[in-house]
Amino acid sequence: MSVPADVPMGDDPWSVLRGATRARVALGRAGDGLPTARWLEFRAAHAAARDAVHTALDAGLLRRAMAGAGVDRELLEVHSAAPDRATYLQRPDLGRRLADGTELPAGECDLAVVVGDGLSPRAVHDHAAGLVAALLERLAGWSVGPLVLAHQARVALGDPVGEALGARIVVVVIGERPGLSSADSLGIYLTHGPRTGRADSERNCISNVRPPHGLGYAQAADTLAALLTASRELGASGVVLKDEGVALPPGAG
Amino acid sequence: MTTRRTTLGGHTHEFGSLTELMARATPHRSGDVLAGCAASSEAERVAAQLALAEVPLATFLEEQVVGYDEDDVTRLILDTHDAAAFAPVSGLTVGAFREWLLDRAAAGDEVAISGLARGLTPEMVAAVSKLMRNADLVAVARRARVVTGLRSTIGLPGRLASRLQPNHPTDDAVGVTASILDGLLHGSGDAVIGINPATDSPAQTIALLQLVDEVIARYEIPTQSCVLAHVTTTLRALEQGAPVDLVFQSVAGTQGGNEGFGVTLDLLAEAVGATRELGRGVVGRNVSYFETGQGSALSAGAHLGVGGLPVDQQTLECRAYAVARHFDPLLVNTVVGFIGPEYLYDGKQVVRAGLEDHLCGKLLGLPMGVDVCYTNHTDVDGDDTDTLTLLLGAAGCSFVIAVPGSDDVMLHYQSLSFQDVLTARQVLGLRPAPEFEAWLTRMDLLGDDGRVRELTPDAPAARALLAAAR
Repeated sequence: MSVPADVPMGDDPWSVLRGATRARVALGRAGDGLPTARWLEFRAAHAAARDAVHTALDAGLLRRAMAGAGVDRELLEVHSAAPDRATYLQRPDLGRRLADGTELPAGECDLAVVVGDGLSPRAVHDHAAGLVAALLERLAGWSVGPLVLAHQARVALGDPVGEALGARIVVVVIGERPGLSSADSLGIYLTHGPRTGRADSERNCISNVRPPHGLGYAQAADTLAALLTASRELGASGVVLKDEGVALPPGAG
Repeated sequence: MTTRRTTLGGHTHEFGSLTELMARATPHRSGDVLAGCAASSEAERVAAQLALAEVPLATFLEEQVVGYDEDDVTRLILDTHDAAAFAPVSGLTVGAFREWLLDRAAAGDEVAISGLARGLTPEMVAAVSKLMRNADLVAVARRARVVTGLRSTIGLPGRLASRLQPNHPTDDAVGVTASILDGLLHGSGDAVIGINPATDSPAQTIALLQLVDEVIARYEIPTQSCVLAHVTTTLRALEQGAPVDLVFQSVAGTQGGNEGFGVTLDLLAEAVGATRELGRGVVGRNVSYFETGQGSALSAGAHLGVGGLPVDQQTLECRAYAVARHFDPLLVNTVVGFIGPEYLYDGKQVVRAGLEDHLCGKLLGLPMGVDVCYTNHTDVDGDDTDTLTLLLGAAGCSFVIAVPGSDDVMLHYQSLSFQDVLTARQVLGLRPAPEFEAWLTRMDLLGDDGRVRELTPDAPAARALLAAAR
């Protein structure tokens, strides 16, 4: 076949590729491998993601961040039945259950908020206080139970916590699985009528909360407040709530 | 159910069913612990392997792991079993079968090994693989020859093909094209240019199919395209006349697992038949592509077998190969590190699983490739994927997956880079699919030394391809 010379000589054609996608194209080569700088860039991104997974959730740090963000509430701490990170990663079933002997104050409230480490404690350290503060500002007229900080938590741990607290709705704010370009992303899960055994299809999710690159606190809190109001009116959450056509802002996921 | 017993170190171990025996004999992995079927000690595992070695292969035709009446995959396996192909090994135990395979592999007897395929059941190959070390898995796979074709030929000796995976978070045409060109310039794409769409809709699928079809036509590339949408989406695209080279579907090893994927055997047959009718092949007529992975049945809660007992994830994975085999695929790959640490926890487990899956697929007659990959919450890194890639290259793996810079920006996991494929080919003396290799030569992308050129920006071949990105 003939070789057309559509690209003017003198341009850097690699920059054409790089400008077209945020995939790691046109990295160049060293022999058949990657140039040193490109390889170490990749290593750095992977290291950040790995560290985000394996950082221990720091309750003191979170208390200070909550106070700094103006959240003046009791903060309870619970642990899932997964005793350590290695077990947590291999036994998602344990991360959905409370540790034996966990006691929570029984009561009654419209909403319980659980902050869980999930797969990125770093996301919780960086963003949970800002998000919770923005949410509470929007919940005038709601009775909100104590904040619960959950170690080695999966999303479904919010079910037994919400049930124990007598909450009509539970919101779980949790670190999402880190990607190479996003080690600090928070997810939010809303479940109406929390109790052990709820299916994932009974939850609503907002993901990628991580300003400035992802969703901002105010935007996420607006969406969540709208979902909460709709869920309270409907008396349900999950697929049925989505089907009711609650408008989510773009990128709310 | 037959109870089997082994005495090891003065302790007698009992295994109440074939299902339990297979599970206890499986090398340690997190998914079997999660399912509650793993051996409780290393000694129990070896005791199970000793007992499994004594089981005649013919037993697997009589005693089921997943019941015949309640599971259509079991019915498919038994109803299509080829007794004549099974004859050479029909009198062997699992332990003797391992030795038979190693013996034929050492002698380079590809005909003997490959000729068994339709006579073997997934449970037989799963069983023998459980008695093998990694080197056994490599040595035998190397001599299990499976050759398929559509517009390129996959699986010839001395070849390592790659799927170019140009995923983009929004299916942006320019972004996808940039990744395709980057891959082609690195000599990738001979197995397929295969996109996981961000949105599974007929319209998006058709748009992506047309995009890749145009790139393939414009540069006359001897390869095939695939948009890895759900099979029902591909059927809709077919109805609208889209240029479908390959039907794709994820499949599992139980009827329930496949229901979890929203597919039935009839649905797959309909889509494969419709695609074959398009007659888009040049060197062959294999028009389907399947992905599998250990743990998929468990994650769908569809991992229970006879008596409600959990079946180990590697046996279930092999049963998925029986589903794929029924449709004479061009390509099948296991996605070995994607599903997460609750199924395969670390590099050791991922490497072993990749080699098992590759061997078992090949023994059953599949054109087996591997997505050598990992997520960030798994204890795996580039050293582990290098190890697995080079072992797979030595094992004669049909193809691997490659993405720009190892970073899939849509699915958020790490697979191999185009450079990793070049390295494996160079280290092991492997070449691309022959039709694609000839194309690389025509495009002046291949040097006289057989290596993909490291292009300078003003190289004519680079300029020709990059023109498409404008």
